[in-house]
Amino acid sequence: MAAEQQLDATSYIQHHLTFLAHPVIESGGFWTIHRDTIVTSLVLGFLTLGFLWLVTRRATSGVPSKTQAFVELSVEFVNDQVRSLFHHDYRFVAPLALTVFVWVLFMNAMDFLPVDIVAWIFQNVFHQEEWRSVPTADVNTTFALSLSVFGLMIFYSIKNKGLGGWLHELLATPFGLKPTWLSPLLVLFNLLFNLIEYLSKPLSHSLRLYGNMYAGEIIFLLIGLWAATGVVGAAFSSVLNLGWAIFHILIVVLQAYIFMMLTVVYISMAYESH
Amino acid sequence: MNINLTMLMQAVAFGVFIWFCARFIWPPLMRAIETRQKQIADGLAAGEEGRQNLSKAENRIAQMMVDAKSRASEIIAQGEKLKGETVEQARNEAKTEAERILASAKAEMEQEIHRARDALRGQVAELAIAGAAKILKREVDPKAHADLLAEIEKQL
Repeated sequence: MAAEQQLDATSYIQHHLTFLAHPVIESGGFWTIHRDTIVTSLVLGFLTLGFLWLVTRRATSGVPSKTQAFVELSVEFVNDQVRSLFHHDYRFVAPLALTVFVWVLFMNAMDFLPVDIVAWIFQNVFHQEEWRSVPTADVNTTFALSLSVFGLMIFYSIKNKGLGGWLHELLATPFGLKPTWLSPLLVLFNLLFNLIEYLSKPLSHSLRLYGNMYAGEIIFLLIGLWAATGVVGAAFSSVLNLGWAIFHILIVVLQAYIFMMLTVVYISMAYESH
Repeated sequence: MNINLTMLMQAVAFGVFIWFCARFIWPPLMRAIETRQKQIADGLAAGEEGRQNLSKAENRIAQMMVDAKSRASEIIAQGEKLKGETVEQARNEAKTEAERILASAKAEMEQEIHRARDALRGQVAELAIAGAAKILKREVDPKAHADLLAEIEKQL
């Protein structure tokens, strides 16, 4: 916590929920980057995928090492999930699912790092006032993922049905175009219906993850706040912090899993026509 | 909730990570897994085949044992029979051989007797002629009386 700030509950929480924002152009606004989010997610991405890559390079089809067996177990898990949901060419979708799962899992897992220790390290070692270590508690990350998936969904829809087929589906389903005298109205309703469906997918996809991670972070902060009230509070909050962290393991894995499954489901839906 | 440039950068990073995973991680790993699965399946199939071969071989061995046993007893029986036959044959041969030797000995004896008799007969004839010559006091011309002499010799 910044020493010059008045330490109260509001400033504590606000401080912990402020990104290390860095405007690229003078006025900022949209042209701002959250350095903490970018750095953490990139480091995690490189670490996890680099680890997988190292294991893959030494992968043998003979007796696997324990590390390779573990990696294969994870990959097989993702592969099984994809195959159970997706019945088309999964040469792209399966690695996509693996990337999403591993990356999101580790970004979520950053929530386990004790908030105040991380803040202290960044304040005193790296001299950064603000640092948020959970990239998935940043809407930019979750929307980046969900909009990418959304883009892939549209791409595969058009690729499979053709532009005409996709537009037809957009305008003629789910209510159809009959009777003819009603068709202008039906087209309007169909389009509205599909737009809502299309909008709701990336929104729910990203906000579900964001909300869970953000809420988890806030609860850690509230528990941390209690620790500032004295010895008893510190004792209680330690226990609570441990309890919430253990429960949070479930949320972290579950949310990563859900995010991966929804990714696969959305792309799989792009292959199916109504 | 402020969307900014971070989102675009994250999307780019996401794309790069997907590409990396799909290009360098997934295919070799799946290849290794699938190769191993095939190896294990092959191994299991080979094991199963080996087991079947073993039981087949065991059956064949048992059959061969039965065959060999019956064949051995057959050979023994044949040997017994052959032995009997051989002994019998040898006995017969010995008998005939003995008879043959006996017969030839007899024949030789007969011949010997014959020869002795002939010699004796010649001598008797000579004696007779000598006797007759003495009686007649003159030489009997063996040439002139050859037929007579032969007749006498025959009668002896």
